[in-house]
Amino acid sequence: MPSAQSQSTSSDGSARYETHEHDVIIIGAGGAGLRAAIEASALGLDVGLICKSLLGKAHTVMAEGGVAAALGNVEPKDNWKVHFRDTMKGGRYLNQWRMAQLHAMEAPDRVNELEEWGALFDRTADGRILQRNFGGHKYPRLAHVGDRTGLEMIRTLQQHGIHTGMKVYMECTVTRLLTTPGSGGGSGAPGASGQEEGDAVAGAFGYWRESGRFVLFRAKAVVLATGGIGRAFQINSNSWECTGDGQALAYLAGAELMDMEFMQFHPTGMVWPPSVRGTLITEGVRGEGGTLRNKDQKRIMFDYIHPLYANETAPTEEEADRWLALSTSGKMDKNVRRTPDLLPRDIVARAIHAEVKAGRGSPHGGVFLDIATRRTAADIKRKLPAMYHQFKELGDVDITKEPMEVGPTAHYTMGGIRVDPETQQTRVRGLFAAGECAAGMHGANRLGGNSLSDLLVFGRIAGLHAGRHAKERSGLPSLDLGQIEDAAREALAPFERSSGPNPFALHEELKDAMQTYVGIIRTEEDLSEGLRRLEALRERAGTIRIDGNRHYNAGWHETIDMRNLLIVSEAMARAAVLRKESRGAHARDDFPDTDKEHFAKVNIVSRKHGDTMEVREVPLPPIPGEIKQVLEEE
Amino acid sequence: MAAHPGSNGSKAKAAKLRVFRGTAAGGDFQNYEVETYPGMVVLDAIHDIQAKQSPDLAVRWNCKAGRCGSCSAEVNGKPRLMCMTRMSAYPEGEPITVTPMRAFPIIKDLVTDVSWNFEMAKKIPPFKPRPRDADGNWRMQQIDIDRIQEFRKCIECFLCQNVCHVVRDHQKKEVFSGPRFLIHLATLDMHPLDTLDRREMVKRDFGVGFCNITKCCTEVCPEHITITDNGIIPLKERIADDHYDPVRWLLRKVAGKPRAHKVPAQPTEAGKTADISGRHRVDGGNGKGELER
Repeated sequence: MPSAQSQSTSSDGSARYETHEHDVIIIGAGGAGLRAAIEASALGLDVGLICKSLLGKAHTVMAEGGVAAALGNVEPKDNWKVHFRDTMKGGRYLNQWRMAQLHAMEAPDRVNELEEWGALFDRTADGRILQRNFGGHKYPRLAHVGDRTGLEMIRTLQQHGIHTGMKVYMECTVTRLLTTPGSGGGSGAPGASGQEEGDAVAGAFGYWRESGRFVLFRAKAVVLATGGIGRAFQINSNSWECTGDGQALAYLAGAELMDMEFMQFHPTGMVWPPSVRGTLITEGVRGEGGTLRNKDQKRIMFDYIHPLYANETAPTEEEADRWLALSTSGKMDKNVRRTPDLLPRDIVARAIHAEVKAGRGSPHGGVFLDIATRRTAADIKRKLPAMYHQFKELGDVDITKEPMEVGPTAHYTMGGIRVDPETQQTRVRGLFAAGECAAGMHGANRLGGNSLSDLLVFGRIAGLHAGRHAKERSGLPSLDLGQIEDAAREALAPFERSSGPNPFALHEELKDAMQTYVGIIRTEEDLSEGLRRLEALRERAGTIRIDGNRHYNAGWHETIDMRNLLIVSEAMARAAVLRKESRGAHARDDFPDTDKEHFAKVNIVSRKHGDTMEVREVPLPPIPGEIKQVLEEE
Repeated sequence: MAAHPGSNGSKAKAAKLRVFRGTAAGGDFQNYEVETYPGMVVLDAIHDIQAKQSPDLAVRWNCKAGRCGSCSAEVNGKPRLMCMTRMSAYPEGEPITVTPMRAFPIIKDLVTDVSWNFEMAKKIPPFKPRPRDADGNWRMQQIDIDRIQEFRKCIECFLCQNVCHVVRDHQKKEVFSGPRFLIHLATLDMHPLDTLDRREMVKRDFGVGFCNITKCCTEVCPEHITITDNGIIPLKERIADDHYDPVRWLLRKVAGKPRAHKVPAQPTEAGKTADISGRHRVDGGNGKGELER
């Protein structure tokens, strides 16, 4: 059975702390973590799955619109090549091409596999999986369940996963990865940066939320699948867990972060009432025909058609509406182009920002999203039940009768841990990453629906390669007692101090600094001010004092999360300074153009160097000829 | 603290809260006052207390959008998701009492030990589909999955488990799975692709007979799933059909275990009349927790 409690009396820490041993541990139990754990278990390995919350509560449950996969059920012309092209174009060609290719090729299998495990997607008239339109996807491509696709996905993975023999650790937070120094020998695969025989991962150190007691995990391979960093922003759509844990753990263990300047602001978050500001409104509203209007009831998106999309976007309301009617009936007409309401998220978010700035916004500082005049009340309740419910109960708005008020909300980070595109391994041997905490798949901007497919495709790949890595190793890597004691000291420090700031207040200040200075539109001046504030916050965070004991102590947990948020925030601000252009989700007021020469060809990578963060440019991997051809086909 | 957007200008009103503070060893109510703002929900008030007055106040939450089902508690004695409970729903000036779910052991403050639910989930044999169609698809009509899609809206907040008197008052956790997992069993049973016959275990291992159709679970479901009428009653009927039908009994004797038949019954009048069988009767009156009809 998994997880024999260690009886060892060695001096490596396992005698002092509750210790669990596995072949592979997965940190994070959202879609990517669960999928990775299922894959590693399927290899016959002993797997431990560590969740910060209860199982099934991860941020994946909040994904609404659907999972993108070129099944071709609604539009038979769809295939992986079109999906790949759409993804690269949406990412402004900064994606790691190989990841985008693997993703487009494997997504249909991953979706079909969910059906095998019990998922029930909405159906086409002939009984197959129905697909809907979404921003930046040429054809209706998103398999969905009303507007609760993420819930269906996580529940399916959870219900399948618990029967595969994995051991699940709930409400357990990892604060440090443990490593063992590189030996210069062995069969370790090179990391993403091609370095040989660097440090190897040996396990993880953390605490139980309930008791506050420390716990030690030993493993041959570790997969990070901890999700995003949305809690760094004042207005965000993310759950409390999205504090950049995996990115920070990897960074502290010597792995690299990449593309951190690209933070996706979802165009449609709720703006009123204040209590729910930022809460997500699915892009599915626009996929089902919803339109964005300003206070004069004018449809705004026709004024914001990006040159990159001009050829394929309808310039008039008449054509846009005709496209919608045709595309949902599976009868596409080449001469009828897409509605601009479904342009990629970066474009729509900036359009809303611009309308509000020009004084044409809605009463509470957003714009209107209208589905009421576009679809029948019955249709709306059937296709968007959660949206109907959410506005009725939290906003006093009946979306079958009135428009919604919407505005941009920090939603998703394209950046994250740098991984090898084939295996998802980081530059720390045996350390893998998948899902939102990993970088590369989405480039400068993610298309809606591509995150759920990302979780499945790269969750599986990470689980597979972590499993293979573990199988090649005979024993568990050795632990370094010093690292363990340092981790324990670091975690307990806030209890030792006699006075200091309140962690919740500091978190508010951090969110405010990021929202104001590292937000949707950036300048050198703002970013520098942001960095100054982050530096000051980092110093103060090192002096936080926590009252009470370790038993389910929210303030203490917040303190530990703050360390991670500060690291990812700094990486974002530093990368944003370095990228002197506007591209995808990264918009610079002082460099409004997209640079086709220099910045089109580099990713920005950060790495820990002593006590400072080293940020540098690395060239994009060259795209082979046959893939270039796929990109150029139309 | 940064001011809440929208709170500027409007006069802030104070709300009073009585929050349970304590552990399994015991505890007491503590009074708090918080400033309210438009749209504020109970979870906002709890967070405000945590941020400004009691940073070690324990509360479980994730999404604050009614999607994850983490922030279950009892507000003025009524099981609720705190994130979907508006402060304005309560009379101004009167204290709002917030307590942890009563059916589960307390860990600390508003956090309870819900691990029983996860153990129960593990006991249910997983989905087992029939082979795919020749073209690799599985064809299902929307109309055939509509009702299970209703069940799959479940966010596992466990409020139905908390309010079910079989669990809450009688603690029959060893022999009864509670509404959440009867709904999961109904989902599997009604799934057009599933091939595993779980009827015997629904009765034997998951105690469907303990349910008296009091519909308390349906009343508290934040996803408005018609748990009793659409899920549990059809499940009971399927088992009753199987178990007490003399023809089927004979067939069973002759041919062994019957093949699963995937045509579940609709909620019927019989089911509805069972509603009068009395609230809070645990075992259906026959003393053994068997089927009550």
